[in-house]
Amino acid sequence: MNAIDNGEPEFAIEIRNLRKKFGPLEVLKGVSLKAAEGEVVAILGSSGSGKSTMLRCINMLEVPDSGEIIVAGETIALEQKAGKARPKDIKQVERLRSRLSMVFQNFNLWSHKTILENVIEAPIHVQGRSRAECVEEAEALLAKVGIFEKRQAYPSHLSGGQQQRAAIARALAMHPKVMLFDEPTSALDPELVGEVLKVMRGLADEGRTMLLVTHEMSFARDVSSRVVFLHKGSIEAEGPAKAMFENPSTERFRQFING
Amino acid sequence: MDITFIFSTLITLMAAVPLTLQLAALSVLFGTAIAVGLALARTSRIAVLDIPARLYIFCFRGTPLLVQIFLIYYGLGQFSGIRSSFLWPLLREPYWCAILALALNTAAYSAEIIRGGLLSVATGQIEAARACGMSRTMIFRRIAMPLAVRQALPGYGNEIINMVKATALASIITMMEITGVAAKLISETYRPLEVFIAAGAIYLAITFILTRVVMILEGRLGQRLSPSDLTTLGDAG
Repeated sequence: MNAIDNGEPEFAIEIRNLRKKFGPLEVLKGVSLKAAEGEVVAILGSSGSGKSTMLRCINMLEVPDSGEIIVAGETIALEQKAGKARPKDIKQVERLRSRLSMVFQNFNLWSHKTILENVIEAPIHVQGRSRAECVEEAEALLAKVGIFEKRQAYPSHLSGGQQQRAAIARALAMHPKVMLFDEPTSALDPELVGEVLKVMRGLADEGRTMLLVTHEMSFARDVSSRVVFLHKGSIEAEGPAKAMFENPSTERFRQFING
Repeated sequence: MDITFIFSTLITLMAAVPLTLQLAALSVLFGTAIAVGLALARTSRIAVLDIPARLYIFCFRGTPLLVQIFLIYYGLGQFSGIRSSFLWPLLREPYWCAILALALNTAAYSAEIIRGGLLSVATGQIEAARACGMSRTMIFRRIAMPLAVRQALPGYGNEIINMVKATALASIITMMEITGVAAKLISETYRPLEVFIAAGAIYLAITFILTRVVMILEGRLGQRLSPSDLTTLGDAG
């Protein structure tokens, strides 16, 4: 799992032997993961297993203490400074981040901008695309996630489900290589979960590469191509989703999916 | 009390309103620029920036504005270095001394207001900006600062009103703004009650207008932040 053969295809994303400590607490104990183009990888685990930290390390919202992160064949350069790891070249991190869009548990829409402005903000100002082109695309994306009529509203005027769909549209507008979902339905009222999952299912069907941290077992089972089960900072089990759920390889994972 | 005299005084004092507004506007303008720098230094977590900023704020908040005005107006001229500098043509004018003192003073208070605004910005929104590849300066300019301003606006409105009233102290260094003219009128007429009633009424009117402007601004910027006005968008659900 740790080394790749040269004969293998390039992965959309690959992480190798990722380690991360928060103070004395070792949150990630050498985790490796690969996602091929078009794969949907569900990252499961109980709270505190390190799954969100792993996802946040991929786009450097958390800087791993050691390990490698390779986005579309490009390794994020890290350096050690005064005993702490940090990105060697922040410009590289910013460039790679713009290709890995993230959807957060708490939506994190910019509250001073309308929904449309939220969607076009980074394409215009980070990617330098023309405003007209971005607006046209943003409107199409908002229609796709079903909130076109809310494009001039501010985030605080939308329901949680609508906000999360707007956040997904914002993520899509970046034309991401990989989409990172960090518990996208955990902050939603139960009756709003379905509308967000429906949008995400559509994305998976389009063949988008997605890494998904979630507690929605049945969704992970139906939509993901592969499942990774984290326990106390290590990968305890992983494999094709269907096989993993039908025939859990470890007792702990079996207990986990049976709740 | 002589009502007609109050009215005629009001009209005389009105001529001094432009100077009062000029002093307030310029000191708020310069003060804000300094305050943004101070707030950045305070939130930088870099000691060589943070400590001087703290010291500055401590000194200017810890001493009376009147003392600061005197120190600048009477004090600066004591230094031959300043007398021979290119700034002297400005610094020997009471007008610029008043603006300098007011600006330096308001900067200390505004810096803390802006810092509070910056600290109140939800970390999630900053993270979202980082996650799409924005640089630090772009995040500050496009996300953090606009959000901080919205949070800071009520406190900032107070500070602007304080500044308008603080311009009265400039009369001590010969500025003929509202209070300066009022004092002159009193020495000519010996009718302090009517003159100060008129002066107070003018300050009240200015403050009233400013409060409304800040309120309108708050309403226009703030509605986006708070869910409290959901009633106006009843169908937004």
